[in-house]
Amino acid sequence: MIANELKKRALELLADGTVKRVLGWQKGEFEHDWSPALFETAEEMKGFVYGKYAGANLSKYCLKLNKEEGKTLVMLKPCDTYSFNQLLHEHRLNRENFYIIGVGCKGMEDQNGLLMKCTCCKGKVFELSDEVIDDEESRQPMPEVDRFEQVAKLEQMTHQERFEFWRNELSRCIRCNACRNVCPACTCVKCVFDNPGSGIASKANVTDFEENMFHIIRAYHVAGRCTDCGECSRVCPQNIPLHLLNRKFIKDMNELYGEYQAGEGAEERTPMTSYTLEDVEPGIVHERGNE
Amino acid sequence: MSVNEKTWKPKIVAFCCNWCSYAGADLAGSGRLAYPAEIKIIRVPCSCRVNPMFILRAFERGADGVIICGCHPGDCHYTSGNYYARRRMTMLFSMLDFLGIERGRTRVEWVSAAEGQKFANTMNEFAKTITELGENRKLGDLRCK
Ligand code: SF4
Ligand code: SF4
Ligand code: FES
Repeated sequence: MIANELKKRALELLADGTVKRVLGWQKGEFEHDWSPALFETAEEMKGFVYGKYAGANLSKYCLKLNKEEGKTLVMLKPCDTYSFNQLLHEHRLNRENFYIIGVGCKGMEDQNGLLMKCTCCKGKVFELSDEVIDDEESRQPMPEVDRFEQVAKLEQMTHQERFEFWRNELSRCIRCNACRNVCPACTCVKCVFDNPGSGIASKANVTDFEENMFHIIRAYHVAGRCTDCGECSRVCPQNIPLHLLNRKFIKDMNELYGEYQAGEGAEERTPMTSYTLEDVEPGIVHERGNE
Repeated sequence: MSVNEKTWKPKIVAFCCNWCSYAGADLAGSGRLAYPAEIKIIRVPCSCRVNPMFILRAFERGADGVIICGCHPGDCHYTSGNYYARRRMTMLFSMLDFLGIERGRTRVEWVSAAEGQKFANTMNEFAKTITELGENRKLGDLRCK
């Protein structure tokens, strides 16, 4: 069992002082919902769990811990390491403040079965780790799917159909900000949506314009940095498929500026922070796809 | 407010970079080249100063079309601003398209300080496109109308 091994190893590292605290998961409100949790003693570690409901990506929680004294042990699933790596690229985290255990993952679930993000798994490679705890089963690749299928389907619709699709989805938004708060790419110290001068701070969307704007801007700000970890869609209480907005950007960037996976490999400039002299003109988007 | 089809005139916002397009507009003016009065020019230091939020805001407050003008690629006063702007606007326009906003409400055009004629032509053309598209209903705040 990976969970037992993880716990054992975490307790060891806590005991010998390598790490001051452990960032992992504990049981949450619901059976299917395990929440991120911080453990500082062996006593607290009794609540530690790992298993099929440990879908939460812990990378974002590292931001705060980065400022704490001593090392933090953080457990990252293969896809989570992309987010962590991306935060390193952006100099939001210091590598030496963390001890990373890569944990094997067989696909995470919630009450509805396999998580959306696991249906289009990035693969079982750890972008970075100090050690890996996994087993044979967790090394097996997930079935390959085309993650842009739904985006492509939407692109084939007419404008009016697309408009209606998104009105239907986005009008359900209650502006709880969960998608922004959970996003490992949304790390601004002061978010535009918290700026009192913006007219949209800490308030529910009043008009469909605000619904649109919040989602366009949120997705836009993470374009090129979004690793497609799928957390936004996972946490949305209204089941809005936010990943489609992010994936639209990823698809466009791949098509127009070359394949790019945020959080992969060594630090490099993202498509949105670089350019070439031969880039296409913006008018191109009015010529592609369906009218 | 009911909209009279015949007298309705679009509201158009043009973000013009200080160094080329704004001067181009000046030249169009001093050359007495006519372009529609519905076009409101906002001067920005460089085309890359245009935050996507500016464009959305313009639509919110009642604009029917938004055009961004900057120096020709390679001529940006700050060397590379318009190259970044080009990528940003491509991405933003594509997202608006994805959300079902009519095509043609947004546009980018490179206009140099010497191209008064191009400025006037572009604006006339753009105003025509927007007039044909009609009022922007999909991306506006009704309270601002
Ligand atoms: S999590 Fe869902 S409901 Fe909450 S702000 Fe994001 S999209 Fe809206
Ligand atoms: S929505 Fe934009 S401003 Fe807000 S935290 Fe995310 S990236 Fe930063
Ligand atoms: S100064 Fe004109 S586009 Fe940069």
